[in-house]
Amino acid sequence: MVNTTQPTADLSPAPTVKKIQDERLREVSFVTKIMRRPELGALAGLILVAIFFASTADPSMFTLAGIMNILSPAAQLGILAIAAALLMIGGEFDLSIGSMVAFTGLIFGAFITLSGWALLPAIAATLVIAAVLGGLNGQLVIRTRLPSFIVTLAFLFILRGLSLVGLKWATGGSTQMRGIGDQAGEGLIRELFSGNALEGAFAWLAANDLIGKFPNGTPTVTGVPVSIVWFAGFALLATWILLRTRAGNWIFAAGGDPNAARNSGVPVDRVKTALFMLTAAAAAVVAILTVLDAGSTDARRGFQKEFEAIIAAVIGGCLLTGGYGSAIGAFFGAIIFGMVSIGLTYTRFDSDWFQVFLGAMLLLAVLFNNFIRRKVTGER
Amino acid sequence: MKSIVTGLAAAAALTLASVAPVAAQQNSRIIVVSHGQANDPFWSVVKNGVSAAGQDMKVQVDYRAPETFDMVAMGQLIDAAVNQKPAGLIVSIPDASALGPSIQKAVAAGIPVISMNSGSDVSKKLGALLHVGQDEVVAGRIAGAKLKEMGGKVGLCVNQEVGNVSLDLRCKGFTEGFGGKVTVLPVSNDPADIRAKVKAAVASDASVDTILALGAGTAGEPSVAAVKEAGKTGAIRVATFDMSAGFLKSVAAGEAVFAIDQQQYLQGYLPVVFLANYAKFGLMPGGDVASGPNLITKEKAAQVVDLSAKGIR
Repeated sequence: MVNTTQPTADLSPAPTVKKIQDERLREVSFVTKIMRRPELGALAGLILVAIFFASTADPSMFTLAGIMNILSPAAQLGILAIAAALLMIGGEFDLSIGSMVAFTGLIFGAFITLSGWALLPAIAATLVIAAVLGGLNGQLVIRTRLPSFIVTLAFLFILRGLSLVGLKWATGGSTQMRGIGDQAGEGLIRELFSGNALEGAFAWLAANDLIGKFPNGTPTVTGVPVSIVWFAGFALLATWILLRTRAGNWIFAAGGDPNAARNSGVPVDRVKTALFMLTAAAAAVVAILTVLDAGSTDARRGFQKEFEAIIAAVIGGCLLTGGYGSAIGAFFGAIIFGMVSIGLTYTRFDSDWFQVFLGAMLLLAVLFNNFIRRKVTGER
Repeated sequence: MKSIVTGLAAAAALTLASVAPVAAQQNSRIIVVSHGQANDPFWSVVKNGVSAAGQDMKVQVDYRAPETFDMVAMGQLIDAAVNQKPAGLIVSIPDASALGPSIQKAVAAGIPVISMNSGSDVSKKLGALLHVGQDEVVAGRIAGAKLKEMGGKVGLCVNQEVGNVSLDLRCKGFTEGFGGKVTVLPVSNDPADIRAKVKAAVASDASVDTILALGAGTAGEPSVAAVKEAGKTGAIRVATFDMSAGFLKSVAAGEAVFAIDQQQYLQGYLPVVFLANYAKFGLMPGGDVASGPNLITKEKAAQVVDLSAKGIR
């Protein structure tokens, strides 16, 4: 187990009697406190990547439309990555989240198109089914004591296969299910899960020539895609849970040293099961957002997203061994991933090199992140 | 010393001269966003067509595709292309509902769009200028007519992906062009299963003289093998949609009559040429362009094998 000083554990009131302080209670300067945050490396990595693209890419990458363009894939990945980060801090992996996106997308699509359900019950039922599957993952890991890596790897294949079987069954042989967007209907619930937020504000900005417009007068950016709002909201919520609630302390404890945690009364198994359920539900949210946005789903949705989510969490400072990490770090990690994957298309590199660049940039971001963190925390 | 200075000056002048047109080309940049990965043999040919057209027309071309078949990511790549305001945009449209909004955004931004490969049915509706691809019904009809001309009367259409609409269209076109009796034989995509089913079909109906398979590697090669096992090579004419090395060998050896090439090289090449001319002179063909079919018979097979090694077919 990696021995790290958890910067988030000082929930107790600051000590007032200075004489009895040992090194654990030593007051540190504000700057050092900032520097010890696990997400600092990710933020530094993001700045590094942004500088790289600012000097090599088409300037349109950093216009308002360009930034929304980067944030869209970052948001979809980020919702998964934040959940994956919480789970990793809790000491487990979930490799089935990519397949879960495809599977829950199919379930959701089937509720809408085949059963003709309204949006709200369809969303609720999809989330419940996802949570049950996540809970199953968690229980299997806990009861069998097998590594979650293996158990969820099995579900990666099972759910991917079920998506294909289910799609062919539901559509009568096709691997693509269309028309979900048309049947989902309009209304408040729809607006929470698809389209753009703040459209009025952006229309006003465009009307006053504060942001770019197309020749026909519509603004180049009609609003903030709702997935970005979900992404930011989820990052804030997860950070609050991790740093300011008892559940957050339990997560760190369960991942840091499960036995010690159990001995001090932390319900480790319940925490882990809940985290698996949360991860699966996050995958379902991404599925619902993308299905409503695209209007269709297919058997390849979410392909390899499990790896991208874990990479984003690691860039964000999570340790593969558990017990350390942050949700805000995963937030920055997902933005780095989005910036690299979209940013390369703004450069002149031949697309055959795409994956080489993607891998190299990510490795660089992680190495840089690690370097910064070791430098400031003195950790080995 | 002086000569070095002159040399340097000359080199600088040359560099400037060669840089200037490049700068001018920035305005005539064309971006291709497809759903096919560059390491897929079929799509690498499309990409080669794009690069060749870029060189021939002296325009900057960029080929982009998501790392996996991912419609959400592809939509984002189209958005990224639109932000860069290219002189033209070329897209394939395998899923109109997922990609439609991004394509319409490109059209709204005043970027000329051409669709290629897939999406002929929705191309116009989304605002694309035209579509370059193979019409499946027309291709089936042409293949059917050719097989009829060869003397075919009773045909089998071997469908390895029942439910795929574009494959159904191929059988439909074949039936129309062939004129004679056509039975659709649904099979799985397992070569052993296809071979067994084709063998059973030709054994149960001795009048079958023509087989059209809907994929070369999947259904075509096992069909040739089945006919060979039934001892009817030559008596039953076998043709297929698309091409594979094994099937082309059979065509060259006279065991099969032809393969239908949709010439995807042109699906990359032609749209770039059209958009470059559109940017320069405002020229654009008046309707969709059929990149195929081209029937690869025994005479052409050797040349095609040669060119496929070079990534052109």
